[in-house]
Parts: sequence; structure tokens; C-alpha cells
Amino acid sequence: MTGNLLIVLFDGLAFGMLLFVLSVGLSVTLGLMNFVNLGHGAFGMLGGYVALVVTREAGLSFFLALPAAFVGAAVVGIACERTLFRRLYRSGELNQVLFTVGLVFVATAIATFLFGTGQQPIQIPDVLRGSVEIGGLRFGIYRIFLIVVALAVTAALIFGLEFTRFGASVRAAVDNQRVAQGLGIDVDTIFAITFALGCGLAGLGGALAIEIVGLDPTFAFHYLIYVLIVVAVGGLGSIGGSFLAAALLGIADVGGKYFVPELGSFLIYLLMVGVLFWRPLGLFGKR
Amino acid sequence: MADPSANQATIAGTQAWIRRQGRWSPYEIAFWIAVFVPFFFFPTYLTLASQIAIAALFALSVDLILGYAGIITLGHAMFFGLGAYAAGLLTKTGWGEPLTGLLISGAFVALVGFVVSFVIVRVQHLALLMITLGLGLLTLELANAMSWLTGGTDGLQGVSVWPIFGTFDYDLWGYTAYSYTLAVLFVGLLIARRIVHSAFGLSLRGIRENLNRMPAIGAPYQRRLQVIYTISAGMAGVAGALLTQTTSQVALDVLSFQRSADVVVMLILGGTGRLYGGIIGAIIFMVARDQLAGINPQYWYFWIGILLMIVVLVMPKGILGFLAQLWERIRR
Repeated sequence: MTGNLLIVLFDGLAFGMLLFVLSVGLSVTLGLMNFVNLGHGAFGMLGGYVALVVTREAGLSFFLALPAAFVGAAVVGIACERTLFRRLYRSGELNQVLFTVGLVFVATAIATFLFGTGQQPIQIPDVLRGSVEIGGLRFGIYRIFLIVVALAVTAALIFGLEFTRFGASVRAAVDNQRVAQGLGIDVDTIFAITFALGCGLAGLGGALAIEIVGLDPTFAFHYLIYVLIVVAVGGLGSIGGSFLAAALLGIADVGGKYFVPELGSFLIYLLMVGVLFWRPLGLFGKR
Repeated sequence: MADPSANQATIAGTQAWIRRQGRWSPYEIAFWIAVFVPFFFFPTYLTLASQIAIAALFALSVDLILGYAGIITLGHAMFFGLGAYAAGLLTKTGWGEPLTGLLISGAFVALVGFVVSFVIVRVQHLALLMITLGLGLLTLELANAMSWLTGGTDGLQGVSVWPIFGTFDYDLWGYTAYSYTLAVLFVGLLIARRIVHSAFGLSLRGIRENLNRMPAIGAPYQRRLQVIYTISAGMAGVAGALLTQTTSQVALDVLSFQRSADVVVMLILGGTGRLYGGIIGAIIFMVARDQLAGINPQYWYFWIGILLMIVVLVMPKGILGFLAQLWERIRR
């Protein structure tokens, strides 16, 4: 029983780390520009399909597919931001929501057209397959890899935000955009770069997700809900908050489905509504 | 202080202004004549027409909170679906009379809406989006898990509704269904009209424009938002109950996120904050979907996606708002 509990905790943590990589970009961009981008899941899906094409069509290694997914999603993300999204920064949330929902509809249709509705498997290197046995329990190597990648991403983000000049500008812009602008910080450029990075991370998350949850055209919508839960519960612009919320959500989801499968996803939705009712700004939200 | 007679004059002036706003325009009368066209010219499309009337009533209910009171919702299918299940389960208990069925379902859903409204008025912005989305998904999961009551993914079968007034039975062509849904839509519109063109409706628009300023001029917003949210939930419930009564079954997808999203799309297409925005949007959306039904639904959503993006970028006030602007420009 304790063994099962440990495995559930471990799997939940790995799933949570996946959700963290998928959603941290949205948390930062939402905190920065208050732009409600429901298309974030679509960038994750894009990264997944890029990884698929790189490994299957071009025959390259999975380790090359991950950076390719990051770059692909980042490039498309910045292109969308420069041409489309920036027109909507000043209009209301509803317009932003609808525009990006429209984007998800289009992305889903294009993915269906190009790849069909079926689940797409991905070839992962032999190194990442199988499991290791520690104390009589088997831990999947891929899930360990996931946790390591997520921790590396977190470390890089925290270092980038806390100890670099660019990070200081981002934090200033999140805290108070107008004052930051008044001090000569180019908020517009900062936002474009952050947006690209956020989309890239979503793409990386999408590529990492295939092995765990599969990839089909409904990915954009299905994981959008998880992503939004992480962002809303963690609090806007808070990396630590997103990390904790993602870990919590992953464990609650995997644990809920393992111990009370008949309730399905009911538990996590209840958890989210409860947390937001208690703290509308999220667990670590400042404003 | 202010002269009391001048004060009374202001109040009388305001009341006269509100009454003037509430007059029937010739376009409205023309619209309600035009809705009878399907009976004579498209009798094969009457089933679709009744579906449109149901969608229009649902969109109208969302317009009351989204267009007039500014409460963004991504989970209103929750109330639509609850109404649909309430009406279906009511006939299962042996009471199949449709009109009381509508009222009972609507009242039940309004009660649920009232309870939910306590949560809704506490939050704004992203948290509001997430809570409405979360409550919608929660209800769907609950209905799926309680398959002993709702039939789960198989849906609720064997709903039998008695003829309307004991005489008009549902025919294959949908004459009764369309007349019935149209009549209910008309009543719904009358209620919405009365609300919108009242001092209460005006205060809702004030809340939409500036939530913080309304309490400052002596109109606290919580209670008003709760009232309109409850009414809107009840109306959505009636729309769901209508769907059950005219199709004699309930599928799980009455509660789906897709339905919540579709209704907002209809409203945006037509134009928010206008009584007929949702109705026009429902007509365009449903007819377009029917015409493109032969195509894979995924591709249908491609065009809806493109349409949504264009509407948001080019005509943020919807098609009706766009036409109104165009009309203003021509007249000048």
C-alpha cells in the first residue's frame, strides 16, 4: 500500500512537472500583459507535432527534437504576437478569450488535416525506456527524465529572472508596467521576447508530453484546461506558485484517477473552484 | 440642498427616457413577422428552426449576464444541461405535462443559479473565467459519474412528453415543436426586454462599465448581479428543458464545454449587449453549421475559428453592432 502510494506520488509529480513546463510561459505572459491567451495549449500541440516530424520524418534523435520543438513553437509564437495578439492588448478579456479560442479551433482543424485524428506515438531513445528499481519499487526512467528537465527549466528560469538584467526588467514590468516604461524599460520588446520564450516552453512541454499522454488534435483544448488551472491556482507571474500548483495538480489528478477512478476529473475541478473561491488571485498571486 | 420639485422633474424625465428606450421599433416587429416564414416556405427545415429558437433563447440568457452585466462566462452550458436533465427526469417520474415541466425545470435551475451566484459575484477577471469553466466541467463530470440517474454517456432515454395543452402532439415535421419553441423564445424576449429597459437594467449596464463606481453612487453591485445571474440561469434552464421536450432525449453533451463556447460564439457573432444579438448570431451559426454538416466537424470549426478572429479584429461589436455603425455612417 505504501509502495503504491509512493508510485502514485512519483507519477503524479512527473505529470505535474510536465504541466509546469507546459504552463509556466502563460503564467509569466499573463502576469506581464494581462493577455488571456487560451491559445497556449495550441503552442504545446505545435511543439508536439514538430517533435513528431523531426523524429519520424527526418529520422533525427529525440534529444534533437526537444530543442526543435522549443524553437518551432517560439518562432510561431512571436510571429502571432507581432502580427495578431498585440492588437488585442487594450481590448477586453472577452475579446482576447474569443480570439484565442478561434485560434485553437483553427489549429485543431489544421492538425486534423495534416495528421488525422488518431493518437501519434513517438520514438524515444532506448536510454529513456524501462525503469529502475529502488527499494523494490520500479520508477520509470522517462518520468525521472521529465522531473530532471522540469527542475532544470525551473532553475534556468529562476536564475534568468532573479540574477540577470533582462530578468530584472521583466519583474519590473510585471510589478508595474507604467512605471517600468517611465524608467526607460522597453516593455514592448520585453514582452515579445518573454512571449516567445513562453511559447517555446509550451512547445517543449508538448514534445515531452507525447510519451506520457499521447498527442492528437484535441491536445490543445484538453491540456489548456490543465494549464489554466495551474496558472490560476498558482497566481499570475509567479514561477514558484506555478511550480507548486503544477505539482499539486499532477499528484491530485494521478492520485484521484488511481484511488477513486469513478469520479474522473471531478476532484481536480472541485479543488480548483475551491482554491479560487478561497483566494481569487491564486495561492501566490499578488494582484 | 437641491430643490425637491427639480429632483422630481429629473426622476420623471428619467422614467420617460427609459420608457422611450423600451418602445417597439419597426425592425423588431418586422423580425417577429419574419419568424413565421419557415412555416410557409421552408417546412422541411422546421426541426432546424426549432433548434435555432432554443439556441437563441440560450444565447439571450447569456447576453443578459455577459452583454448587459459584464459577467464573462465559459460554463453556461451547466444551466442549460441541468434544465435539460431536470425536464427529462421529471417526465420519468410520470409527469409529462410540458408547460409546467418547463416552469419546474426553470425554477430548479434558477435555484442552482442563485446558489452559484454567491461564488460568481466574489471574483472577477481570470478567476471568474476559471470558476465558470470549472463549475461547468464539474457538472459534466458529475453527470457522467451519476450514470444511474442520468444514463451517463448513453444519455437519458425514454423521455415521454404529453401533448401541449393536451391537444398538440409533436409531429414528424416539427410544426408543433417550432411553434412551441418560438412562443417560449418570444416570452423570454419579452422578459429580457422588460429587464433591460428598466432602471434595474440600466444599473446593470453601469456595473458593466465600472464596477467600482456603482457603489460610490449608491448602487451596490453584488445583489443586482445575483438577481440577473439567477434569472439568466433560469432562462438557460428553460432552453435546455425545451431541447429535452422537443427531442425526447438528453445526451451528455448538453453539459459540454463545447456548448458553453458555442453559445458565446453565437452571441459575439450577433453582437453583445443587444437583445437581438444572440438571436441573429444563433440563426447565422446554426444555419451555417447545418449547411456545412456534410463536411467533417473539425473543418467546420476551422471556419468558425477564422470567423471568430475576423469578428473580434474587425467588428468587435458583432454583426448587429457593425450594421448599426454602418447605418449611422450612411445617414450622415
